[in-house]
Amino acid sequence: MDGWEWLIVAIKCVVILLIFLGAPLILVLVERWTLGRLQSRIGPNRVGWSGTLQTAADGLKLGIKEDLIPRGADKLVFWFGPVFLVVPALAAWAIVPVGPKVGLGRDIGLWAVDLNVGILFFLAMGSLGVYGVVMSGWSSNSKYAHFGALRASAQVISYELIMGLAVLAVILYAGSLSLIDIVEQQRGLWFIVPQFVGFLLFVIAGVAETNRVPFDLPEAESEIVAGFHVEYSGMRFAMFFIAEYANIILISAIITTLYLGGWLGWTIPGMEGLTGIVWFALKTVAFIAMFLLLRAALPRLRYDQLMSFCWKFLMPIGIINVLLAAGLRMAWS
Amino acid sequence: MPSWIAVVILIALALLFTIGSFVGTMALKPRRKDPVKGEAYESGMPPIGDTRGRHNVRFYIVAMLFLIFDVELAFLYPWVVLYSNLDEQLFLFIEALVFIGILGVGYVYAWRKGALDWKN
Repeated sequence: MDGWEWLIVAIKCVVILLIFLGAPLILVLVERWTLGRLQSRIGPNRVGWSGTLQTAADGLKLGIKEDLIPRGADKLVFWFGPVFLVVPALAAWAIVPVGPKVGLGRDIGLWAVDLNVGILFFLAMGSLGVYGVVMSGWSSNSKYAHFGALRASAQVISYELIMGLAVLAVILYAGSLSLIDIVEQQRGLWFIVPQFVGFLLFVIAGVAETNRVPFDLPEAESEIVAGFHVEYSGMRFAMFFIAEYANIILISAIITTLYLGGWLGWTIPGMEGLTGIVWFALKTVAFIAMFLLLRAALPRLRYDQLMSFCWKFLMPIGIINVLLAAGLRMAWS
Repeated sequence: MPSWIAVVILIALALLFTIGSFVGTMALKPRRKDPVKGEAYESGMPPIGDTRGRHNVRFYIVAMLFLIFDVELAFLYPWVVLYSNLDEQLFLFIEALVFIGILGVGYVYAWRKGALDWKN
């Protein structure tokens, strides 16, 4: 690697960090506006121009608030819990391809790194995110946080299996674990068509992985207050918010990449890079909107329903889906 | 490996941002110790008993089931990559059927034993 390549990688990483920090600010605001409208109220409309600076003001305020550590808490683990949540959420962004290769003097791929284990890396980072939740819930020495962490760990590891099974069938069609190869293989046909069942499995597992409604049992407000982050305040509380919303965006981007052809779409010759980014952003935003609307539309599941839905319904479907895809592929060739 | 450098940079940036923002805002924060503030939240009542006691055994069972099925999944990943790139697909397919069949027996056993039920 020469100096220019180092510079390019560094610039990509800084851009990813800026998007990672900026997008949740906008998304929280949009969510509060959407929920407000859907619940016949106005939502934030005071700070800034009709509420546009609300989340920025909230973040600033959290920065100057006292950080409480409950008595009997495991201080070190309590301190580092949110760190373990944010790090994998940001690291997973390294493999997301937002566009094709563009030629600006030299070929630059619109992704930070093309790992040959791509999608496995994403699944690994998803698993690491559970550690942050369990660490912060366990170390708080609060019963609500404890239950929230237990629920979150059981739920996330269960639905991770479903996600893994759905991804297996995609790899069957693509023949590679690299996300760039997976997108390139969808030039003829987006994988949502042959893998519609897998797509549904992945979306359901994705909603469960991010602990969003209707799978938000780890932080069910009406039962266990706020779940694993009930004892957190100040800047550490803000980290939970950033991680949650960054994970929503990440999952939407991965769904787009795996099933909706990533950056592929109609393009103007010579402008593939720009149209690619626009297509990728449009598809991703559609799934983010789905996350927001789900929150307004659906009630929360019961915990036993949540677990039996995963183990008794989605699990057999996922396994049969992989075998069917394998059989179909053999019949084709 | 040079290709992993972006991942390393991103992890470093994330650590820098989180730990930096915790440490950086320390000077801005008020710090007033209070015995009541230090209590864990329990609906406004003084906390009763210890948090880290016994809890539902179901959580352990889910963890064990996850281990079994996740190892199975980890075995299937190399299989899937080979399957879509090699020619002897029939052999590989039957192999996977046998593997998943053995796992299926375990799955049915766990189901019949009630390990997948949350209620007793």
